[in-house]
Amino acid sequence: MTVVGVVGAGVMGIGVAHNLAQSGYETVLVDIDEQILTDAKAAISRNCRLSRLMGGPALDPDEILGRITTAVGVEALAKADFVIENVTENWDIKREVHAELDRVLSPEAVVIVNTSAIPITRVAAVGSHPERVVGVHFMNPVPAKPVVELIPGFHTAQETVEVTRQLLSGMGKKAVDVKDASGFVSNRVLMLTVNEAAYLVHEGVATAESVDEVFRGCFGHPMGPLETADLIGVDTILYSVEVLYEHYADSKYRPCPLLKQMTDAGLHGRKTGRGFYTYDNKG
Amino acid sequence: MSEYTTAQTQILSFIEARFPQASIETGQDIFSLGYINSLFAMELVMFIEKTFGLTIPNDELRIDNFRTVEAMADLVARRSVPVSVD
Repeated sequence: MTVVGVVGAGVMGIGVAHNLAQSGYETVLVDIDEQILTDAKAAISRNCRLSRLMGGPALDPDEILGRITTAVGVEALAKADFVIENVTENWDIKREVHAELDRVLSPEAVVIVNTSAIPITRVAAVGSHPERVVGVHFMNPVPAKPVVELIPGFHTAQETVEVTRQLLSGMGKKAVDVKDASGFVSNRVLMLTVNEAAYLVHEGVATAESVDEVFRGCFGHPMGPLETADLIGVDTILYSVEVLYEHYADSKYRPCPLLKQMTDAGLHGRKTGRGFYTYDNKG
Repeated sequence: MSEYTTAQTQILSFIEARFPQASIETGQDIFSLGYINSLFAMELVMFIEKTFGLTIPNDELRIDNFRTVEAMADLVARRSVPVSVD
């Protein structure tokens, strides 16, 4: 039985754990606080309940939660075959978590870094086995999105890439191979688009509704960039743009001040009930 | 105003508060408008359960029950505890 550890029970970690359990994997979800894990289980239960409504399969929340154990701290991952790390897109936090994982995990375990912007080679360099560290950029909501970016770091072994591809296939995901460059393909383009859309609102050129309507109506996108920002998390957008700005040292990635203000004000999007739009999603 | 009409009005107000540009008829398929997606259906579930104090059973959590304001008011009527009439 393949055991998969999931580090971080935020939006992405919850989706990854749900997807793994739904695909039959024994899943261990860890975070730093018991309350976060309790909330995560409630969120997974709610997402299972709403699965069919969102176009997914009918799911029994108890059956899915039955395959997920939770624990405070990474020590619970000592026997994991794979670990998927989904902590905040902040280099200091990622570095600390990967140093801890390196201390705890078995030497054979594959470490999957779920990131939208941080270079895999940089994360892999933290531990003593860079050959078994690989990047996967999952999309949100994880169980509903069939494609991911698969990113080997400079030292990643081909075997690591292949076993990861098999795990992803078991999760119902097709992996698109992308080389290791900050932001990969998706976020190099998407984050600039969202950032520029935020500037339009910041400068009073258009409202959030109007920006999104242009993208839906003119380009046929199912969602506009600011609705997407609310779904991803405005704070996460800001951190991702900051990572790109820092990494490429290119002013085209300068973060919009509105994103900073919204992050400081707790307007993080759907997860906090308010971002560019206001939501009633607290069940 | 009947309870059914009240439920329709409350649901309609909730949708219009989120989509101020919308002009929605109670029998109209809201998902055909182009800017309301299944993520909003999730919010509708939360809103209806909270506002009308009920839990929608899993087999009723189908997109067809949330397509129109009328369908949602029907769902609320079905799930509300019947009041005895003397």
